[in-house]
Amino acid sequence: MEGLIIPLNHVLILASLLFATGLAGLMFRRNVIFILMSLEVMLNSAGLAFVAAGTAWAQADGQVMFMLILAVAAAEVSVGLGLVLQVHKRFKTLDMDQAHKLNG
Amino acid sequence: MLQNIWLIPLFPFVSSVLLILTAGQLPRRLIAIMGAGSVGLSALVVLAVGMQFMESQTPYTLTLWVWMQIGNFAPGFSFYVDQLTVVMMSVITGVGFLIHLYSTEFMDDDSDYSRYFAYMNMFVAAMLILVLADNLLLLYLGWEGVGVCSYLLVGFWYKDPVNGAASRKAFVITRVGDTAMALGLFLLFTELGTLQIQPMLDAANSRWVTGDTIPAIAALLLLGGAVGKSAQLPLHTWLPDAMAGPTPVSALIHAATMVTAGVYLIARTHGLFLLAPDVLMLVALVGLFTLLLAAFTALNQTDIKRILAYSTISQIGYMFLALGVGAWSAGIFHLMTHAFFKALLFLGAGAVVHCLHHEQNIFKMGGLRTKLPVVFWSFLIGSAALAALPFTSGFFSKDQILLSAFELHGSTGISTWVGPWLWAGGLVGAIVTAIYSFRLVFIVFYGEAKTEPDRQPGWRMAGPLSLLCVLSLIGGYFVLPLESVFPAAAEHHVSHLIEGISISIPLIGVFIAWLVYYKRSLPVEGFTESGFGKALRNFWYSGWAMDKLYDTLLVNPYTGTANAMRGEWLDKIYHGVVSLCQGLHALLSKSQGGKMRWYATSMVFGLIVLVTLVGWAS
Amino acid sequence: MLLLNLILILLIGGAIAWWSERLGTHLPRLIAVFVVLIDLAYLLNYLAGIPLEQLSVVPDAADPSSWLLAYQLDWIPRFGISFQLAMDGLSLVLILLTLVLGVIAIISSWNEKNDRQGFFQANILWTLAGVIGVFLAMDLFLFFLFWEVMLVPMYLLIAIWGHEGKAYASMKFFIFTQFSGLLMLLAILVLAILHHNATGIYSFSYFDLLATPIESGMAHWLMLGFFIAFVVKLPGFPFHTWLPDAHTQAPTAGSVILAGILLKTGAYGLIRFTVPLFPEAALDFAPTAMFLGVAGVIYGAVLAFSQSDFKRLVAYSSVSHMGFVLLGVFAWNSLALQGAVMQMVAHGFSTAALFMIAGALQQRLHTRDMSKMGGLWHHMPRMGAVALFFALASLGMPGVGNFVAEFLVLLGLFAVNPWMTAAAALGLITAAVYSLIMMQRAFYGKPDTDLVVTDFAWLEMTAMAIMIVALVWLGLYPQPVFDMVQPVLDSLSNVVSSTSAAVGAQ
Repeated sequence: MEGLIIPLNHVLILASLLFATGLAGLMFRRNVIFILMSLEVMLNSAGLAFVAAGTAWAQADGQVMFMLILAVAAAEVSVGLGLVLQVHKRFKTLDMDQAHKLNG
Repeated sequence: MLQNIWLIPLFPFVSSVLLILTAGQLPRRLIAIMGAGSVGLSALVVLAVGMQFMESQTPYTLTLWVWMQIGNFAPGFSFYVDQLTVVMMSVITGVGFLIHLYSTEFMDDDSDYSRYFAYMNMFVAAMLILVLADNLLLLYLGWEGVGVCSYLLVGFWYKDPVNGAASRKAFVITRVGDTAMALGLFLLFTELGTLQIQPMLDAANSRWVTGDTIPAIAALLLLGGAVGKSAQLPLHTWLPDAMAGPTPVSALIHAATMVTAGVYLIARTHGLFLLAPDVLMLVALVGLFTLLLAAFTALNQTDIKRILAYSTISQIGYMFLALGVGAWSAGIFHLMTHAFFKALLFLGAGAVVHCLHHEQNIFKMGGLRTKLPVVFWSFLIGSAALAALPFTSGFFSKDQILLSAFELHGSTGISTWVGPWLWAGGLVGAIVTAIYSFRLVFIVFYGEAKTEPDRQPGWRMAGPLSLLCVLSLIGGYFVLPLESVFPAAAEHHVSHLIEGISISIPLIGVFIAWLVYYKRSLPVEGFTESGFGKALRNFWYSGWAMDKLYDTLLVNPYTGTANAMRGEWLDKIYHGVVSLCQGLHALLSKSQGGKMRWYATSMVFGLIVLVTLVGWAS
Repeated sequence: MLLLNLILILLIGGAIAWWSERLGTHLPRLIAVFVVLIDLAYLLNYLAGIPLEQLSVVPDAADPSSWLLAYQLDWIPRFGISFQLAMDGLSLVLILLTLVLGVIAIISSWNEKNDRQGFFQANILWTLAGVIGVFLAMDLFLFFLFWEVMLVPMYLLIAIWGHEGKAYASMKFFIFTQFSGLLMLLAILVLAILHHNATGIYSFSYFDLLATPIESGMAHWLMLGFFIAFVVKLPGFPFHTWLPDAHTQAPTAGSVILAGILLKTGAYGLIRFTVPLFPEAALDFAPTAMFLGVAGVIYGAVLAFSQSDFKRLVAYSSVSHMGFVLLGVFAWNSLALQGAVMQMVAHGFSTAALFMIAGALQQRLHTRDMSKMGGLWHHMPRMGAVALFFALASLGMPGVGNFVAEFLVLLGLFAVNPWMTAAAALGLITAAVYSLIMMQRAFYGKPDTDLVVTDFAWLEMTAMAIMIVALVWLGLYPQPVFDMVQPVLDSLSNVVSSTSAAVGAQ
């Protein structure tokens, strides 16, 4: 197939905006579930960028990378949710700011 | 015999070392024999050496070993004997032996018998090294050695802290003088390249002319040392307090030998002093003011030993006066006669104190003329010599000094107009000397007895006293063969009036003392109890308030500064550095809050900064 | 090989002493003193075999084969770092001092109840090994290594077996020396790099680095780097504040080694490295250094007087005495330098003895506070007499080595700067003040009649006797020491004058 119909830059801008949103969520949200969700958003934005680039260059590599990202995201989510359970067990809350014992 | 002069200081030194090592384990008789015997042996060797020397009359040098050698600095452990050395050694060992013999009885009650003789012998050894030394460094060794032994002996009864304070005062004040002297040695070596006395004096004469600055500074520094050791103004305040030691110590160290070391030093290095007439003037003035200050102070003292102490200071002032006007032989002659009669007086005072169970206040004594006859005659003869009554030894020596002062010939380069003033001052001193010495005699030996003696002196005390009495009387007829050592003194051509005044002044003084203290017919109380009189008396009693002056100017600021700084204020700087580190630590550890969001945020910011930088760089 | 063995015997001996504790708690100290004696005998045996003329040969400072002994092993050839040791008269004298004082230090702790005896003795021996390494090392990198090596066991000695303030004192000691050592390391590295720039060869060897051309500004900084390291160790005012704490809190053996030997490494460094490597800069800096010396003399003496802790008083007296060494080194003439070396040796003995007495007092009275002492001569006359001797040595009584040393330093200094000599001479008076007050507060005065204490026994008296004989020998016949050291001083002045000439010609 030929390249993208829409200009690559637009997709990349969308991806960066998504990334920024995810990053903002990571920085500013205290609930650990939302932090995980923001991480997902960041991962997906990276995936979008890859897909767009792959289509632009008419190569399958972009799609392959996206599959890799999906796999990584899945693994990361499972570990992450396990950590969420531990955090809740120890700190009795899902507020990440409460987990600050490793300080000084 | 001359090659055995090293035996002279060796005997007392070995005796001292043995006494130290055996630490009081030896029987008392043995200690006494060693202590007094070693000095006696030295005296015999001195006698033999002296007799041999009288025939040859040439100075003799014996080098035991080279002390050290670095470049051209090579002082030797060497002894130099000339007529002056023989005179000094005779006084030290002769009078020293008598005092040691006396001590064997005086210190009999004391448990530290061995330690006493160890220190005394070490002292004699050091003093002998001082007078035998052929170079100024070895002289300095003897100089400091006698200072240390003086410290040890003044503080002999160490259990009383007052004695400790007195001994420390003595040592520190003489140390001030010693430091000046050391600086003088440095200057002399740096300028002349040698510290050997005779070569140094030759080098000084060839290099400098009279009136040059550098020899004046060197002489001034040596004078500083002499003033300290001989207890002259301004470093005299230690001597009265040094009476805290046993009385034979006062007799030996603070009358006959150590305090004369300063006189010896100036006499020995007179060649240098002759190059500095201003300094010689200073020597004479120091002597004059000291003799007056001390005489007036002695007049007001109540402790028998303190009177004699101030008297010593005063008499050494006469010796300095003699040196300053160029009457070198007269000064040494007075040194010798003073050794006789002052030792006599101190030993007599010791006998009084010993027999009166340690009473030292003269106003608690009295009437001892009949109770302690030997001591009375000792005191009478000693005081007569001290007051320079006619035909006593003191008369001949003091007379020579005063006449030399009166008719200054400019032989030392000091202005001749000063002469009569020096003579007049000496006369005032002489009359006060007569007054205070006979004051002592009349108060202690006449009148009613306030304290009864509980024992009589034995032969070991009476013997030396008698011998010293004889010496104090006939000592004036000794002729010291010092012509080849010192430049020739001019003949005296004074009018009979001056002579007459010199002779009669002491007699007038005795008469005044007799009126005031024996007959009590001169009402001095009216003056002494008045406001001004009392203030004057207290002023003179305190030694013209010099102790207080030194306390305010030197002692208190020093101790105050030391105590203020004792906590190491410099540490505040280093603790400041530590506090800074700790502060930074506290500040920076806030950035490790443990909060994950904070870490994430800082990573983001860091990334932004990096990317911007990379972007700018390219 | 001898040089390497000197160090190895001590290192291995230390390990053996440590291990021997499991066989018996009395064994480590026996083994330790034995090991040091073996080392000393080994060195003396060599010394006896040298013909006398060889000792008076003036070595070429840039040629190790002209020294008494040299040894070299390649280590990191890429950077020119080798295991290079060399001994001349100066290091010989100091190593002899080290070993003798090592024996004294072990004897001084003989009867003290210390736990972990094995490790204690091991640390002593390793410190001695480090010190000997410092005196022998001629490769600057190796020198720095040994500088640090002698630091660590000493730190452990203070930190583990010290008194009530040991944590503070040991840490302060360590950081002061470490930090100043860091400055020295920087200077060493820069010097090696400059040498490489000039000649294209990497070398850390003292012999090669001696003639490195360095431009004047940089030379000043490098000289300062070395100077600060050595002056902290010396200790020189105002970097001396670690010393009172370290000396006071250290155990007796630690104090003896610290005061008797470690301080001398600073002086050695100044003579061996600071001035010969950077003569112009050092001699430019001399007035400042001499001023610090005088300040140290007076400051140490004044503060010694006001202390109530016996050991602290002796510690400040060390500051005062080492001020004379600093003066002597920077006056840089034969008389002053010989005086400085003699002061190192004599002070080693006198201060070691005083610390041993302090340790003995603390062991018997369980206090160092002089206000609780007084009249002790009555109970302990032998200790009193010995303390009197060393107090007199401390104030520079003639007949003792300390007098010879101080007199020579001042004599040499006078030719260079009379006013500074006069100021330093005030130190003679202040020394008398503090020495005598120490005797007064501890040994004189009213004795406490209820007190029961034992006097010095034969072992301690033997150690004291050795030191007394040594000091009197040095005081009356110091020439052997001067003869051993004079060739070295001559060779160093050759270095200084030739470098100055070279610089002047540029």
